[in-house]
Amino acid sequence: MTTTVEAGPLDVTALRREFPILQQRSHGRRLVYLDSASSSQRPRAVLDAMDHYYETTHANVHRGVYAIAEEATRQFEMARRAVGRFIKAPRPEVEVIFTKNATEALNLVAHSYGRHLLPDRKAILLTELEHHANIVPWLMLAAERGVELRYLPVGDDYRLDLRDLDRLMDGVGLVGVSTMSNVLGTITDLSPIVQAAHAAGAVVVADASQLVPHRSVDVRALGVDFLAFTGHKMLGPTGIGVLWGREELLDAMPPFLGGGEMIRDVRLDGFTPNDLPWKFEAGTPPIAEAVGLHAAIGFLESLGMNRVAAHETDLTSRAIEILMERHGDDLKIFGPTTDLPARGGVLSLAFRDLHAHDLAQVLDAEGICIRAGHHCAKPLMRRLGVTATARASFYVYNGEDDIQALSDALDVAAAFFG
Amino acid sequence: MAGLEDLYREIILDHYRSPRNRGELAVPPAHRVEGFNPLCGDEVVVYLEVNDGVLTDLRIAGQGCSISQSSASMMSAAVKGRPVEQARKLIRSFKAMMSIHEHSLGGEDSTEDPEDQSEADTLKPEDLGELAALQGVVKFPVRIKCATLSWNALAQGLDEIAAGVLPLDRT
Repeated sequence: MTTTVEAGPLDVTALRREFPILQQRSHGRRLVYLDSASSSQRPRAVLDAMDHYYETTHANVHRGVYAIAEEATRQFEMARRAVGRFIKAPRPEVEVIFTKNATEALNLVAHSYGRHLLPDRKAILLTELEHHANIVPWLMLAAERGVELRYLPVGDDYRLDLRDLDRLMDGVGLVGVSTMSNVLGTITDLSPIVQAAHAAGAVVVADASQLVPHRSVDVRALGVDFLAFTGHKMLGPTGIGVLWGREELLDAMPPFLGGGEMIRDVRLDGFTPNDLPWKFEAGTPPIAEAVGLHAAIGFLESLGMNRVAAHETDLTSRAIEILMERHGDDLKIFGPTTDLPARGGVLSLAFRDLHAHDLAQVLDAEGICIRAGHHCAKPLMRRLGVTATARASFYVYNGEDDIQALSDALDVAAAFFG
Repeated sequence: MAGLEDLYREIILDHYRSPRNRGELAVPPAHRVEGFNPLCGDEVVVYLEVNDGVLTDLRIAGQGCSISQSSASMMSAAVKGRPVEQARKLIRSFKAMMSIHEHSLGGEDSTEDPEDQSEADTLKPEDLGELAALQGVVKFPVRIKCATLSWNALAQGLDEIAAGVLPLDRT
């Protein structure tokens, strides 16, 4: 399959037509969707691919010898290879594991690697800006094994403060780090962390849920040992996530969930696990979702990830300009406002003294969808000294008109609450 | 479709802007209860003093959205100085008013709420005074937890006092 990649900026107007959900109106207004960091929308191509799969060739994978089962298996394994190519995995056919979501992928590592291969008396180093999905599995592991948890702090510039990195890394066996904050938009400068971790003999588990949908990712260049992300934030369906891991690590790890598919042999007194990657895919996997994710990757590749990144950097820059110019005294942005290529299209805001929920409620009446709350990052919210923020996040279908609508709606909210 | 004015009635905004009974009480003799809304991270702290079966004093601390703050403020005004049994009846009535949304979810209990059995001992929304203004919240199901946050904390506090739990017993 050859993909034609266009040049120049994204044509947002044309792109929006590909997304059925964006054609509808909300409260009588154009639907302005600014919550893609929570979950993105899907283009027609993804919906069609999943429908086509169900209508023509659905059967369980790796089991039937009949034609449609062979075809279902082929499409499922093709999706695995497409995912692997998308993140430049050296061996997609064994290193890409399908999970339910990024949370399950991280739990897989915590259970399998954390309980069995993390050496005794080694600490775990996380960061203050992690999503709960990259904290709670490690808290559970820590409670079970008595492992010490440490945290890299977030500086006042909303980026990770690495000044104490060497001291914090001493005695660490595993590092869990977000590649991009879902609250601040900060993109992590991974290389010093990966270097220090590997020098200490630690493995690095990267939560790339916010990065893979928006940037070109090369797991070899990142240097991490595990990478987790999810389908529904990258134009794909819900119910499918991905764990990529180095083959030698995955090979050494015991299975996570037990059941069908993940075994080579089962006796009444024991079992032999299957080969990679199926060793970690117990039960019937998300087959149609894998097909949909494959289509989503095809869609992103046809746009070109560098164009996607440039579009979002441009939009973030315009958003900061427009919002600060019009609402500067009333608005606080939690996240970097300089060096924009090193941050993603996520803007966490405080507006006047309005609670984020109240702001989001007024924006909803204007047809605008934003997230309000703690964004599953309560430790970071405590660090920021707030209980909740309002968050607007951008993707390929957002344009400057969405920013204008947001800016106008802030005035409406200000007038409403007086 | 429900409009913003259904949610943000003037009396609600008034309690939000000028919250009643805001502050803290010394513990002990007062009892302190915290309520968290896991959805948004809001927290409310209710301080209550019960003497001879009467809720003699009550203060509200913590932070939250206009709905949780005004609901707490209106609650404090409604129950302060009342006998505990009246406060409990108000809690039941308020929560019954807030549970109407279950019908819209089409669950098995959607037509027959088990709590209806105690209906005889609850007040109708129209008998709840200014608390009835919060009725519009049920049209915005996500916000119901905001409205009930302080009420759940108050109920927990009254239960703990009745059970003889001292504030220091809890960790």
